[in-house]
Amino acid sequence: MKVLVPVKRVIDYNVKVRVKADGSGVDLANVKMSMNPFDEIAVEEAIRLKEAGKADEVIAVSIGVKQSQETLRTALAMGADRAILVIAADDVHTDIEPLSVAKILAKIVEEEQPGVVLCGKQAIDNDMNATGQMLSALLGWSQGTFASEVDIDGDTAKVTREVDGGLQTLSVKMPAIITVDLRLNEPRYASLPNIMKAKKKPLDEKTAADYGVDVTPRLEIVKTVEPAERAAGIIVGSVDELVEKLKEAGAV
Amino acid sequence: MAVLLLAEVTSGELAMDATAKAVTASQALGDVTVLCAGASAAAAGEAAAKIDGVAKVLVAEDASLGHRLAEPTAALIVSLAGDYDHIVAPATTDAKNVMPRVAALLDVMVISDATAVIDADTFERPIYAGNAMQTVKSSDAKKVITFRTATFDAAGEGGSASVETIGAAENPGLSEWVEDKVAASDRPELTSAGVVVSGGRGVGSEEDFKIIEALADKLGAAVGASRAAVDSGYAPNDWQVGQTGKVVAPDLYVAVGISGAIQHLAGMKDSKIIVAINKDEEAPIFQVADFGLVADLFSAVPELTEKLG
Repeated sequence: MKVLVPVKRVIDYNVKVRVKADGSGVDLANVKMSMNPFDEIAVEEAIRLKEAGKADEVIAVSIGVKQSQETLRTALAMGADRAILVIAADDVHTDIEPLSVAKILAKIVEEEQPGVVLCGKQAIDNDMNATGQMLSALLGWSQGTFASEVDIDGDTAKVTREVDGGLQTLSVKMPAIITVDLRLNEPRYASLPNIMKAKKKPLDEKTAADYGVDVTPRLEIVKTVEPAERAAGIIVGSVDELVEKLKEAGAV
Repeated sequence: MAVLLLAEVTSGELAMDATAKAVTASQALGDVTVLCAGASAAAAGEAAAKIDGVAKVLVAEDASLGHRLAEPTAALIVSLAGDYDHIVAPATTDAKNVMPRVAALLDVMVISDATAVIDADTFERPIYAGNAMQTVKSSDAKKVITFRTATFDAAGEGGSASVETIGAAENPGLSEWVEDKVAASDRPELTSAGVVVSGGRGVGSEEDFKIIEALADKLGAAVGASRAAVDSGYAPNDWQVGQTGKVVAPDLYVAVGISGAIQHLAGMKDSKIIVAINKDEEAPIFQVADFGLVADLFSAVPELTEKLG
């Protein structure tokens, strides 16, 4: 069984987000970029499937700007076998919408015929939480979203999902789209020898046009602004004063 | 203009708060028809009919619609979609599972977690875990939207909409429900708790997290943790508050021994009142705190727990 893992290049989760002065979006020029943290968990899960003998090959895919190649090299260094880069934008500020990403992934799935697609549940830039579900819809496959436990057994997979107030376990028919949540695993760090080896692993370069997918956005960005700032607070001198202030504010 | 609103129905019961907030968000978009779907949904339909501003209720009862499975629920919504310009839901985990599937089946984008309706095509939503707010204008013929409930007031009760029973769509038969496990803790659920007490790396060990838990229990609060505390093994991952963990907005958030890394702030800065206790007066957490206490947490937190009695 092949496992397909889409990965996205996003602003590093430790970098402070700054809105561009012209309101067109968030400034991504000269900012540290990393693999979307949820996608790292998906890559880790795919590698574990291979290590457990349930998968033969792990293919990482990234759709975006040319620089996404670095993100794919990270996936390869973690243990993916090969990578596909689909160049769909020139400007690092262009975000390809989940619907377009899902359409390109659907074409790649037709070509590669994976048994499962493991995706991060959402990207920490646009926070859409949509690509996996959309891909599942386009393929007519089952979906197991927000997974904290995945057990693939032949024709079905048992997926435990993080839902409001607890966990839900489903049995989904394979092939399936599974989107992963935080508790599924702890992704490994790539070792230096593996980073070196990753440079020699195959990385195919394609474009959105190669798949015949129009990536014109459906949502026009009207403006992007900083969120409302919090008013400055006060420093209290003691626990007693803190209790008093909390009582005054009606908080306790 | 007509709106189809997927009600939050769990085990046959209407989640009134989430559904009524989504009704408020939808008011400006047109006549609101509420869809209650489930293995049993008639009682939920009766309850939804009483929400102010609801024009009509559709009740779909079928075994395949139990347990909120995405594939049959999306198929049902798509079968109804022809009559509506907007298809909306409160942004619960159930709706986030179903609505992008609906959108892709209709070949439109989804607009997730909308926090404001500007006009019929234009919506505001947070991106980068709320570190930026973006206004987007949809060019799609139909709009599929989930509304972040925390930003809308619940519609009142007193309406008497008509209720119509409809059939389910054909079940694609792709997945089956196995079991639900409700969180075993006596504490409230982190994302919906009114009070959250979180510990950071400053707590220093798993053992010392008991100090945090004691304060939380005194306040009837959920327990949270920073990513640094989780990475250090002091707290389990499902307690993580932040951009890579859970996003919370309680009435009161108490941050103990948390420096206030950007990724943590992204997960809690919409809380109504923020209290920070940290021995480092330079810690960035104090810049977002309403009340800051520069103190050693090992003496201040037990004292606070005692004095809140």
